[in-house]
Amino acid sequence: MTSETSTVQPRQRRPLRLAEVFLLILALAGGVGGFAMVGLSIRGELPDQFWFRSMLLGLTALVAHIVLRLRAPWADQVILPAVVLLNGIGLSMIWRLEISGSVGMAPANAAGNMQATLLGAIIAFALLWILKDHRWLRRYTYTAMVVGLVMIALPLIPGVGQEINGARIWVTIGGSSLQPAEFAKIAFAVFFAGYLVTNRDTLALAGPKILGLHLPRLRDLGPILLVWAASLAVLVLQRDLGTSLLFFGLFVAMLYQATARSSWMVLGLTLFAAGALAAARAFPHVGARIDVWLHPFEPAQYDRDPGGSYQIVQGQFSMANGGLFGTGWGEGRPFQIPYAFSDFIYASIGEELGLTGLAAILLTYLLIVQRGLKSALSVRDGFGKLLACGLAFVMALQVFVVVGGITRVIPLTGLTLPFMAQGGSSLLANWLVIALLLRISDSARRPSDLPVRGQVSAAPAAPEPEPILVGSPGADGGTPADGTPAAGSNLPRRRIADRAPTDAAGSTGTAQTEHIGTDDPPPYRGGEST
Amino acid sequence: MSELTFTLLRLGYLVLLWVFVLSAVAVLRRDLALRSPRSRKRSDDGGTPAAAPAAAGSGSPAPRSSGPSRLVVTTGPLAGTTLPLSTSSILIGRAPSCTLVLDDDYSSSRHARIFPQGDQWYVEDLGSTNGTFIGDQQVTSPIHLAPGVGVQIGRSVVELQG
Repeated sequence: MTSETSTVQPRQRRPLRLAEVFLLILALAGGVGGFAMVGLSIRGELPDQFWFRSMLLGLTALVAHIVLRLRAPWADQVILPAVVLLNGIGLSMIWRLEISGSVGMAPANAAGNMQATLLGAIIAFALLWILKDHRWLRRYTYTAMVVGLVMIALPLIPGVGQEINGARIWVTIGGSSLQPAEFAKIAFAVFFAGYLVTNRDTLALAGPKILGLHLPRLRDLGPILLVWAASLAVLVLQRDLGTSLLFFGLFVAMLYQATARSSWMVLGLTLFAAGALAAARAFPHVGARIDVWLHPFEPAQYDRDPGGSYQIVQGQFSMANGGLFGTGWGEGRPFQIPYAFSDFIYASIGEELGLTGLAAILLTYLLIVQRGLKSALSVRDGFGKLLACGLAFVMALQVFVVVGGITRVIPLTGLTLPFMAQGGSSLLANWLVIALLLRISDSARRPSDLPVRGQVSAAPAAPEPEPILVGSPGADGGTPADGTPAAGSNLPRRRIADRAPTDAAGSTGTAQTEHIGTDDPPPYRGGEST
Repeated sequence: MSELTFTLLRLGYLVLLWVFVLSAVAVLRRDLALRSPRSRKRSDDGGTPAAAPAAAGSGSPAPRSSGPSRLVVTTGPLAGTTLPLSTSSILIGRAPSCTLVLDDDYSSSRHARIFPQGDQWYVEDLGSTNGTFIGDQQVTSPIHLAPGVGVQIGRSVVELQG
């Protein structure tokens, strides 16, 4: 094996992430530009501390970019700029509502939200720095389950929990209030991914077949049903339908993704329809939401207080006023919508940026979700696939539920629009989701640790060559392989070793036994024998 | 600020948003183009390896001294992977049970088979969705595969080498 056989170009060059730099500049221009235009339009001058605040946002983006370069050089380059853009627009809009002087907008707090953004970014990128391999999370599968359950149960504890606007979903710790359900969604995604990757074969294959639907055995389903029932029970007690819908969607989507059984979709939709009907009958406030959704312009609905359609109708008027191109930053009257800065920030933006702006923002969300799903497709381990898919799906579902509620596609539920709506918990949790997605996309897009040509020619020198070469001791200089599954932990090596005899013996093309219970079917990672 | 300036700023801002979205889409497209086999010329296949087998390669599992000794992935996500040839056939695809598991969205789970018969190697398509190609010609029935000839499977190209 000489170097004459070099037909393969080495592809180990670290990406320069120039696309990310370019997109980040555009994204910052979007955020800062919105901020400046609000000041110019409402006060005729640049906002107070304009340069300081803008630099702060820019610095956050820069630090995030540097962390990605150092720690996750192959991570997706579109996710971070998209998040920065959404976050910047959200902050500008909150500040715009804050200085509108309207009584209802008193709780709008752009500075506080800026702090939450910074905190969220710092925590997210600290996580990215510490967590070298997303599979480490798999060790905490059941810890995540317990954490998730505790999180959603916290608001029910007297003294800690707090009821705001009829929903008991807040906890107050040290003067600041948190919405623990936002964090529970991450914990549950980790739990479902870890649990399903181990048990998906039993879930998918063992069990009775009824009416052409493959039903799983109940005992295989135990822990999941437990989590599901507990979260639903607590959420009914807390009267927060949006979050329970989010958990339910996550649950069904991840089961479907793990087992590829369409019976889950049928079961899930049936259960959901039954649950929704029952809830509409049993709880007056749910029934009211449905009436408001169907007949918002009827005076009886409009005048009812609380729970009338005033808010949703104001949102509709607001978006109608925006039209195709919007009124422009600071020129509309979005402050007339109750909670324009949190629940209805989408309508506020619709008024000032118009349908054109809303479409761009929805596309930006779509980009984030698409990159998450793409990472799920290309990452090699089953846990990473499930986790990335779950997190991307949760974000998509959350955007759908919020936007659908405001635009009257579905009944309105109380969820926050990720990265835009005011709310520290939501920002923190979604930044964490982004950190995890970036981490998974890094391992998905990292070139596989296979022998490149130059290393193959060096191989004969080794006294006892391994059947599989994972990187080369000299060439990768530590960093690119740093934290890769192959070089960072001994788990993949051991698996490759398990696998190697089969390959040496040569597969005859007959189906081999599936690796039930292991992390994922180990891909063939290249064998070079000399 | 005059009405005109504001209108220009307002529309300019929307243009900026869309420039962002379209650039991001362009990045995704470039991502696809970079990884698709069509954009990387088949020039890789030009450098047909010298058939000289490693004389000192006593540990080589390849039974034939004259024939190819390994299968190399030359293009695609797994570029650089080599696989020693033995007397048994090689199943290529995305399914974990394959001998060569491709990390390639465009290949089928059991995509193609490369198998020896006599002194020759043959390639056979196993009913894949996107087909198996040698050059521009689709492999419909088992066909002889000479060393150094690239076989396109999804976005990957594999070839036999001495």
